[in-house]
Amino acid sequence: MTRPIRAVALISGGLDSMLAARLIQDQGVHVEGLNFYTGFCVEGHTHAIRRHDRDRPKRNNALWVAEQLGVPLHIVDVVEDYKDVVINPRHGYGQFMNPCLDCKGFMVARAREWMEQHDFDFIITGEVIGQRPKSQLRRSMPIVARESGAGDRLLRPLCAKLLEPTLPEREGWVDREQLLDWSGRSRKPQIELAEAFGFEDYAQPAGGCCFLTDPYYSRKLRDLWQARGERRYELDDIMLLKVGRHLRPRPHFKLIIAREEGENRFLQGYRRAFTHLEPVTHPGPLCLLDGEASDEDLQLAARLVARFSRGREAPSVTVAVAGAGGADRRELSVPPLPVEQVPQEWYIT
Amino acid sequence: MSDHPVLVDAQGLLCPMPVIRLQQAAADAESGDEIEVIATDPGVRADIPAWCRVHGHHVVDIQEEEITIRVRVRLR
Ligand code: SF4
Repeated sequence: MTRPIRAVALISGGLDSMLAARLIQDQGVHVEGLNFYTGFCVEGHTHAIRRHDRDRPKRNNALWVAEQLGVPLHIVDVVEDYKDVVINPRHGYGQFMNPCLDCKGFMVARAREWMEQHDFDFIITGEVIGQRPKSQLRRSMPIVARESGAGDRLLRPLCAKLLEPTLPEREGWVDREQLLDWSGRSRKPQIELAEAFGFEDYAQPAGGCCFLTDPYYSRKLRDLWQARGERRYELDDIMLLKVGRHLRPRPHFKLIIAREEGENRFLQGYRRAFTHLEPVTHPGPLCLLDGEASDEDLQLAARLVARFSRGREAPSVTVAVAGAGGADRRELSVPPLPVEQVPQEWYIT
Repeated sequence: MSDHPVLVDAQGLLCPMPVIRLQQAAADAESGDEIEVIATDPGVRADIPAWCRVHGHHVVDIQEEEITIRVRVRLR
């Protein structure tokens, strides 16, 4: 008996990859999902940090998609290996810090390895020609297939009819006639097909599948590299770029100030690793300090934190300052920094 | 099959890392084994059961303690 044909689908958690996987499932192919965790992913929990976003479903979108499709999902931690993609993209960045073309090549290459290890036959992605500048141009499609090593075992069901037939089509594992010919930026066909499949409540990220397409996030990442004098990051760094107000009053340190209760709670988990400040005499935000700070810098940081506390109009606010893990804790009584002494350039937004 | 649950310490990790750790532990375990994940990210309350559903594993128990959440899973 021959075994059923098996495909591994890249599942981002968005609609396109969900539709692509479903089209292939409907042709009787056994499909399993792969999702890559890069650290930059936009997913339900990140949104749920902030209180006003709490009504949104707190879920991992890729897992939710897998459940709708009824397929196993394998989530792969690629945080370390992905750094090279973000730091040195061979094809450069898109509009912001998004290295989409390299990113696609990287993910499809990892999917190819997975396919080979698990004895699967081909790979599916939700790419649509022309949907995103650069990475989804017609001429980018062969680049991803070639650089990933997937070659013609890479099938894009949503635009396959506009491309050369791939191995799964030529071998008759899938019927090319039932694949699609989508191109362009319109979302209408996607939404109609989702409706036809009965998919509701799917995630529709505005910019893309990750924070690197966000202009504010990209600025914060560039600032981080500039301040460090090198292009490098750790997972904590890139998680923290997703939350709080970021202010850089001096080139050698920045402050991450919680904007509300949910962020306060999130930042608490990072007190073990960062110098942190918190008002004592007045309600106010937790603040992490990233970088090196002298006593004078800490005074300034405390005055800024006081400025964002409820004591902003008070003559003096006491702010607790402690090193990573609570070391060397002391209290500073400082006058809150007046608004006119907080230049706009300090804000990294 | 082992008698004691395999412990996965995912404290301090943010989702989906606890799920990834559970998945790695599951890859090394056998059918019927139990794995207990200890985490601090409340996201695991939704994510671990969702991961178990798509793989056909069984969530035996979820216990909330002061700051930790313990999820016990039996592999299919
Ligand atoms: S938006 Fe982000 S995850 Fe998506 S292809 Fe571009 S870099 Fe990769």
